Amino acid sequence: MDSSPDRIANPWGERTPYAPGDPWPVRTDLHLADGVAQEDVERWVPSASILHSNGDAMDIAVRGGRIVGVRGRAADRVNRGRLGPKDLYGWQANHAPDRLTRPLVRENGRLVETDWDTAMDRVVSRTRTLLDERGPGSVGFYTSGQLFLEEYYTLSVLAHAGVRTNHLDGNTRLCTATAAEALKESFGSDGQPGSYEDIDHADTLALFGHNMAETQTVLWMRVLDRLEGSDPPRLLCVDPRYTPVARRADVHLAPRPGTNVALLNALLHEIIRTGRVDRAYLDAHTVGYDELAAGVERCTPRRAAEICGVPAAEIERAADLLGDAKRLTSTVLQGVYQSHQASAAAVQVNNLHLIRGMLGRPGCGLMQMNGQPTAQNTRECGADGDLPGFRNWQNDQHVTELAEIWNVEPDGIPHYGPPTHAMQMFRYAEQGSLRMLWISGTNPAVSLPELGRIRSVLAQERLFVVVQDLFLTETAQLADVVLPAATWGEKTGTFTNADRTVHLSEKAVEPPGEARADLDIFLDFAARMDFRDKDGGPLIPWRDPQGAFAAWQRCSAGRPCDYTGLSYDKLRDGGIQWPCTEDAPDGTARLYTDGFDHAHPDRCESYGKDMVTGATVTPVEYRSLNPDGKAVIKAAEYLPPHEDASPQYPLQLITGRTVHHFHTRTKTGRAPELNAAAPDVWAEISPAEAAAQGLAAGDLVQVTTPRGAIRARLRTVAIRDGVVFVPFHYGYWDTPEGHRPPDGRPGRAANETTVTDWDPLSKQPLFKTAAARVTLVARRGTPQPQDTDDARTGSTA
Amino acid sequence: MNGIGITLRALHDGERDLETDLLAVAERHRTEHEVHHVATDVARWSREHAARLAALGPDHGVELSGPRDHGAPGALTALREKAAQALGRRPETGLLLLEDLRDLHLAAARNSLHWEMLAQSAQATRDRALLDLAADCHPQTLRQMRWTNTMIKVLSPQLLVSV
Repeated sequence: MDSSPDRIANPWGERTPYAPGDPWPVRTDLHLADGVAQEDVERWVPSASILHSNGDAMDIAVRGGRIVGVRGRAADRVNRGRLGPKDLYGWQANHAPDRLTRPLVRENGRLVETDWDTAMDRVVSRTRTLLDERGPGSVGFYTSGQLFLEEYYTLSVLAHAGVRTNHLDGNTRLCTATAAEALKESFGSDGQPGSYEDIDHADTLALFGHNMAETQTVLWMRVLDRLEGSDPPRLLCVDPRYTPVARRADVHLAPRPGTNVALLNALLHEIIRTGRVDRAYLDAHTVGYDELAAGVERCTPRRAAEICGVPAAEIERAADLLGDAKRLTSTVLQGVYQSHQASAAAVQVNNLHLIRGMLGRPGCGLMQMNGQPTAQNTRECGADGDLPGFRNWQNDQHVTELAEIWNVEPDGIPHYGPPTHAMQMFRYAEQGSLRMLWISGTNPAVSLPELGRIRSVLAQERLFVVVQDLFLTETAQLADVVLPAATWGEKTGTFTNADRTVHLSEKAVEPPGEARADLDIFLDFAARMDFRDKDGGPLIPWRDPQGAFAAWQRCSAGRPCDYTGLSYDKLRDGGIQWPCTEDAPDGTARLYTDGFDHAHPDRCESYGKDMVTGATVTPVEYRSLNPDGKAVIKAAEYLPPHEDASPQYPLQLITGRTVHHFHTRTKTGRAPELNAAAPDVWAEISPAEAAAQGLAAGDLVQVTTPRGAIRARLRTVAIRDGVVFVPFHYGYWDTPEGHRPPDGRPGRAANETTVTDWDPLSKQPLFKTAAARVTLVARRGTPQPQDTDDARTGSTA
Repeated sequence: MNGIGITLRALHDGERDLETDLLAVAERHRTEHEVHHVATDVARWSREHAARLAALGPDHGVELSGPRDHGAPGALTALREKAAQALGRRPETGLLLLEDLRDLHLAAARNSLHWEMLAQSAQATRDRALLDLAADCHPQTLRQMRWTNTMIKVLSPQLLVSV
């Protein structure tokens, strides 16, 4: 038992080395509130982590009606008892004194407390008026990656078939849309091919833009334990920063931001040139290889070296490592997903596995990772710009099936185009055709790019904004109605991690005040709107999480994400990977062990898109390209980034994460240990770059782009020269202004500076491709000139 | 100059115009971010097509000037982008956007048909250089058409119904 260790100083804890093919040893992590011993705990309630995508199973410790700690679940396949720092300390946010406990409505420009009837009446009457006067296209829903499956599915039904709007998306758009898109492009459907156990078997690990050590600490523990065991895997890291992953890598490539496609094309070129492709696998299971081979023919390491700023010899070493692998496991995350040509680059990682025939076997894992804990469910349930159950909006048969499940007419489900993505919804709101936006469990006033623009959109008089959250976030402060929500530990439901493992999270304590579960809020709205099916029955007949889960099981039947073999009872014993059916009652470790059924034209979720323009491929084209349902190998040409360094903005800005925080710190900023570990924003550049700019560590600097500026203390670290990194977590809820920068001075939210540009395929915003300059505001040790009387800013010095 | 020369010139002029039009639409709809960025990306294809057509012109007895020099963004660009920002909050600009996308689609379709004519006559005359050029470029013209069509398909319901 690894109890009460300082997991701020050592986020990964003690090593438990193991050999290839052995099961990962158990190590049970525990953290209880001061003065509470294990024997004081009255109940342990099963759950899993809600502060990252890894899905670490845990039991919530309850005493006297309060959460008093957490303990990793030793039997669970995902974490074998381990927990990360955010899991160990993050639960304390549930008890924060500033939780919302009553609904708020805007009166004379100010938010004032009210009761649920008044708040919901306002929401319902505005919805009705808009539907009558302007139609369903005037109403949009922007949800989260942190609600539960039952909540997303309910929201999905009420939006698609109740309100009948096409505008429903999740903030998963910011973190995982490219994962979904890349899987659809290559395999016809969303669905993670690999399994975490692949790390146990791999002889080679490749992490593409994935700082696993900080974003998925427990998975990184697994990698560390392999690296310290016998016969360790070789490790490739692609990241412009010298992350903890880079420090352990055999080969580390640090490309210029925005050049991933050029780099990956060169790796594919080398593997093909040296004859290390699996011809038999290609012939049996894929289409499109010849186009790829032709497409990368001229993409030599030498050429990539010029574009990416990486030595050609290092690219060749990386290609050797990948080409010699017998059991290759790759992971991909934000360094690819939030960068220029996101989907095109992610697809090339899929291609790497396809041409090497490394899928569907132990150790041959491909993982297009998720950023958020329940992002997978947003995708499955159709709360993210897809139809539920990975159904294809271009396939009338799929829509008809959905209409039968919901007992509505097919034309009652908008499917004339793909469900509207978040960035486009904000554009419609800006342009004036979208008049109501219901935001649940997310904080776009900190997390979306170009915040000055986002604030001005949300603040419009003509836009009715509903915010459902735990705290008065920056976004909530701009709302017309604020609904207080219950959170993890205060409600029951399921969610699914990045390797398809479904966990049950049960209610351990009561929510504070009048706060209600998101599911109850959605059900209340549906009841007040009186949504009906085509026979006059209620559109949404369920009343509780179990009912919603049962409805979802029916919707998922026969689809790739089949939940029909699961139950709450079964999940109480531990996580299970979907598909889980009568035939596969223990779940499914790996997809694509024997072909690519989901890519069949009749079954696929998407017919694919143009790798440059995002134009949709028609059903007829897809059917002729891929009549038998094989994996599709799609080549992509490198395009220069839309915004590059210039004399005025000589650096490239990338934003990212730190191990101590999640998203916009609404929870982690309220957990004392996590907040103390990283209380304020900073900027990172290399020592050489700092010297060139006349700057030193500890200086207060201004990071400026064409959109805006922020101020931050400078850290000099090992990072590619010419690149500045800023963590995106910091907003304004814990500053005097509350939701925006101070008047006349730059703020601290990285997204003040980021560009409004998104990947044309996945529609994921590009947070890692902007041009910037860094200038001195005040030397280390000197107070910020404008606010010498503001003690708060001294805390970062 | 035979029919091939005449068609080469027509296509060359069409690609030059399409590049200019794509860049103008990118500026005019600065607040439609996806249109702005992708129009700029696919304008590059038309530029390359015009340059490659100009290089082949002399073989067919035509002198072609190649792509226009767009230079650095000037006062007109700044004016267009400012206008785009001012108009970007009005629903009516949605109609303008759809009309612009329609015109781009029609211009690309015109180019596509010229590529078809050239490819066919290149096959008939066993003109390898011309056939290779058409094989390289025509797919990109078709991609420009698919893109404008997709954007129109996705945007029309909102922009026409919710004005």
